[in-house]
Amino acid sequence: MSTETATAIQQKSEPLFSKKNQRLVSDPLNDNNPITVQVLGICSALAVTSQVVNAGIMALCVIFVTAFANLTISMLRNYIPNRIRMIVQLVVIATLVTLVSEVLKAAAYDVSKQLSVFVGLIITNCIIMGRLEAFAMANKPWPSFLDGIGNGIGYGIILIGVAFFRELFGAGSLMGIDFASQWPLFTNGIMVLPIASIFLIGIFIWIQRSFNPKLVDIS
Amino acid sequence: MNPLRKLLDSIEPKVRNNKFAHTVYDGLETFLFQPNTTTSVGTHIKDGMDLKRTMVHVVIALQLCYVLGTYNIGHQHYLALGMYSGLFEGFFLKLMYGLLQLLPIFVVVHLVGLGIEFFFAARKGHSIEEGFLVSGALIPLIMPPDIPLWMVGMATGFAVLIAKEAFGGTGMNILNIALVSRVFVFFAYPGEISGDICWVSYDYNIFHQIFGIEAHTLAFHGWDKLPAKVNEIMVDGFSGATPLALAASGGWEAVQSATLPNGDQQYSIANLLFGILPGSIGETSKVFVIAGAGLMIAAGIASWRIMLSFVLGAAFAGILMNVLHVTAFPDSAFIGVPWYHQFLIGSLLFAMAFMATDPVTAASTNQGKLIYGFMIGVLGMIIRVLNPAYPEGWMLAILFMNIFAPLIDYYVLKSNINRRLSRVA
Repeated sequence: MSTETATAIQQKSEPLFSKKNQRLVSDPLNDNNPITVQVLGICSALAVTSQVVNAGIMALCVIFVTAFANLTISMLRNYIPNRIRMIVQLVVIATLVTLVSEVLKAAAYDVSKQLSVFVGLIITNCIIMGRLEAFAMANKPWPSFLDGIGNGIGYGIILIGVAFFRELFGAGSLMGIDFASQWPLFTNGIMVLPIASIFLIGIFIWIQRSFNPKLVDIS
Repeated sequence: MNPLRKLLDSIEPKVRNNKFAHTVYDGLETFLFQPNTTTSVGTHIKDGMDLKRTMVHVVIALQLCYVLGTYNIGHQHYLALGMYSGLFEGFFLKLMYGLLQLLPIFVVVHLVGLGIEFFFAARKGHSIEEGFLVSGALIPLIMPPDIPLWMVGMATGFAVLIAKEAFGGTGMNILNIALVSRVFVFFAYPGEISGDICWVSYDYNIFHQIFGIEAHTLAFHGWDKLPAKVNEIMVDGFSGATPLALAASGGWEAVQSATLPNGDQQYSIANLLFGILPGSIGETSKVFVIAGAGLMIAAGIASWRIMLSFVLGAAFAGILMNVLHVTAFPDSAFIGVPWYHQFLIGSLLFAMAFMATDPVTAASTNQGKLIYGFMIGVLGMIIRVLNPAYPEGWMLAILFMNIFAPLIDYYVLKSNINRRLSRVA
């Protein structure tokens, strides 16, 4: 107990965007990316990345859910009994996902149709649960919120990157605008299949590790 | 002294300090001469049978397939146009046509594959491994003759990068590289590698135009068709349907009753054996494939266990299907093809001799090899006959079993350990 209060006092004196808080947002973009480093949330990265628009909207949904789930759980963290914390986290996530799903249905019906079950399946996205367990349960609301945003963005950029290549080489279009589908180079059948995401994420990991010496495992 | 040796010796000091140049030099030197570096401690290997020798044996075994494949491209092309329908009529024209069709594919495959190989070898500071010699010789043989060059280049690049370099280079790959390049084309551009059209070369490429082969054809068919695509001047009654496609629709009778425009039988047993039929470039000739397989077994390069159990597996599945045909499904044509005729159609023997026996991706224990080959035979036959989505099964069956090869080895080793342990206790 005593150590927790000690850290809480330390955190209180920090400015809103201190170096430490900035790192909470910037770390998941590269050094601790949820997809390419932690290898979480792969299922949705395979499923919804056939088009850039869909991937972008999916990314926005996940950013919203991670940020606010982190915030809520962080505010509740001292009142959640340890034994039932998982179920409480799930209730919070499910509420937020339902919210997102309903808003999406009202505002962008076509996209919500294309994303189909995968909006609902954000509940099972391991990134969110992982951040709640690893961060929000032990940190104050504001850093938790930033951490949620950072991880959501880290997930989103990979999603959009994969979707960019898949849509460009699979359908010959970008953001739904068809400009190259008459050329066989841009109608690659593999890129249409979800398997392409595995290759692309693998290549992303390869490229990231060859440029980022921190990630190289020297053991 | 050998002038080649002198030349190499004069180059060596110049490239010694440049990592990339020295990698290239080293690769060239060990390719031309037996290296004179010897082991000083530890294990001594007395035989000069290194990776390069092993690989060159496979390439030599493939040469007959190359020769026949080259001629067959030209022969099928002129059959489709209704010219020179005798086997040896227009011999040099057909050979020339095939050569001009095959050589660009061969060159592109090697430029891309060796380019990537050299790049990675130099980056890692390794010597160049000749792992690509065999893959590079196999990839052109398993492609359809009319495949666009950029597609071959992309498939090769994909296979070498993803299936080989990502796993650590030569000898580390889990999947057969040549088959990965084919599977890439198969799933990325299915129109180019399935159906009845793609197995005969119709289109003239730039080299055919330069050497006047297109002009020759147009003179035969009339210059008024000058800008025409060859598809339009194809002779009536020629069908590029492969024996597999015919067998799938009408069983062995359909294969036997297919005729050429001049009334000859298209797929007589002799034609099937010698490979005078439409198909991937190098896999058509059963006789030459068996000759190559014999050479590899004699040289101790390829495993006879895999080949034998492969054949047994395919025969087992084939007999089982024949029984099913008689007892349960008399209506479906393909399973009624007699099992011994299944060996004559498609690329079964080529897959057996050159694809399944790849020592890197196959199981490496002796019992493991038997299981591995048998499973490929059974699975490939199931995919070929029972799955309507894929016309031929060996590519997928071999890749599938490549994944399982380490597992098979693991359990073979484990059972051996257990057997010997029980003897002790």
